[in-house]
Amino acid sequence: MAASEDYPEGLKYHAEHDWARIDGDEAVLGITWFAQDALGELVHFEAPEPGSTVAKGVSYGEVESVKAVSDVIAPLSGEILDVNAKVVDAPETVNEDPYGEGWLIRIRLSDPAEVDALLDPDAYKQVLADS
Amino acid sequence: MPSWLAARRVQETRSDAPACRGVALRGVVTVQPVPETLLRTPLHSRHVAAGARLVPFAGWEMPVQYEGVIPEHRAVRSDCGVFDVSHMGELHVEGPRAHDLLQSLLSNDLDRIDDGEAQYTLLTNERGGIVDDLIAYRISAHHYLLVVNAGNREAAYDWIKEREVRGSEVRDASEEYALLAVQGPQALERLGLPEAKPFTHGMGELGGVEVMVNRTGYTGEPGCELMCTAEDAEALWDWVLERGAVPCGLGARDTLRLEVCFPLHGSDITPETDALSAGLGWVCALDKDFTGAEELRRIRATGPERKLVAFVLEEKAIPRQGMPISGGGEVTSGTHSPMLDRGIGMGYVPVAMADPGADLTIDVRGKERAATVVPKPIYKRQENA
Repeated sequence: MAASEDYPEGLKYHAEHDWARIDGDEAVLGITWFAQDALGELVHFEAPEPGSTVAKGVSYGEVESVKAVSDVIAPLSGEILDVNAKVVDAPETVNEDPYGEGWLIRIRLSDPAEVDALLDPDAYKQVLADS
Repeated sequence: MPSWLAARRVQETRSDAPACRGVALRGVVTVQPVPETLLRTPLHSRHVAAGARLVPFAGWEMPVQYEGVIPEHRAVRSDCGVFDVSHMGELHVEGPRAHDLLQSLLSNDLDRIDDGEAQYTLLTNERGGIVDDLIAYRISAHHYLLVVNAGNREAAYDWIKEREVRGSEVRDASEEYALLAVQGPQALERLGLPEAKPFTHGMGELGGVEVMVNRTGYTGEPGCELMCTAEDAEALWDWVLERGAVPCGLGARDTLRLEVCFPLHGSDITPETDALSAGLGWVCALDKDFTGAEELRRIRATGPERKLVAFVLEEKAIPRQGMPISGGGEVTSGTHSPMLDRGIGMGYVPVAMADPGADLTIDVRGKERAATVVPKPIYKRQENA
């Protein structure tokens, strides 16, 4: 069952439709409600390898629905600690719970100052409104 | 025959469509402005009201999905779905020499069908390439209805018009009609239609609307395609939904047809691909003369160099149109199969790699992915399961 539109407080957002939940020098990353809704039901997550690095603004994987493929853009830089195996096995988890069970990767931040450039929910909603 | 199935002209309905959201393939989610010249079917406002996601397709603004491609796909495989396919073209070919004209232009043998029957066939060019694939409905010996692909409507019309002979006339009546494909194992029961042989047609009344009931489709499921006047489209659509059909978009139409290996013109078959390499020799009556028959007989004698095969992915990956296949092949259609829950596709490969069981390697955006050639269709309906 698809989730309803929501951009929770407490998360940071990137204009390429990604979110980050910051926890000290670590962050959990995923795609926003808008991104999963625009793609439709996900059927594949081309996941990166744990131990590899991601760079802010650069694609670290792909999500695919029946009709579309989209790069997933890293909102922050760091080393990948964990990939959500549940999403690899059942990509529709992202549609059902984009900010919870549908997270994509967990990273250790290489430059925590990058967080300051991310958007709060209202600023991200403004990005959506302007697009 | 009702008057609406005969001659009448209406003006084109052009939309002043506002921009609508879409998803860019490969890359970030973007907003695509919809060109203002997109055509709309008579059911456009029904689609908008139902919350359908509308996308440009072959010059039309069409619903790609309502609830979602996968639930819509499953509804058609398990019960009943309805598609607005009013964008497809309808050409009337009439006159005492209509039959002769079409026999000389279409690959299949029209002598094999009688009044009230229909036939899948190809409009071929001199090279044996495919101008369009279509269904010819024989209304009488002097009147055929051709249902052609939306994107080929003008090409098919022009092709036939240029070759008209005295005593035959082709007329594009596409704007006069709506066409609803009602498909699925429960489709006929839900509509209260009696069982009838596939590829037959007849007139009837459904929900108070006069319809041409065609026992044809593009999903691999039983069902029918209902043609009515554009003015009656909404009433028929509403009635079909009341009978429990799930509204389905072009997204599910594509996954359904690919699971059963029905080719898509413009992707799997084109004016540059010949009918035999495409595996459509069964609709080419090479014992008669039609445009391209000579070239097709030559290809049959020497054997095609490549063939359109079906394949399934052996790894988690989704093939897409245009991806290279190692050894000189290319994916022409690819998707995720909702029934098999894996990547599936069709593509041309050299004949040496074309037998079921052959291993293929597909370049999925730079990663080599293993696939296996399988017999067509990829998905087979379980009888009485």
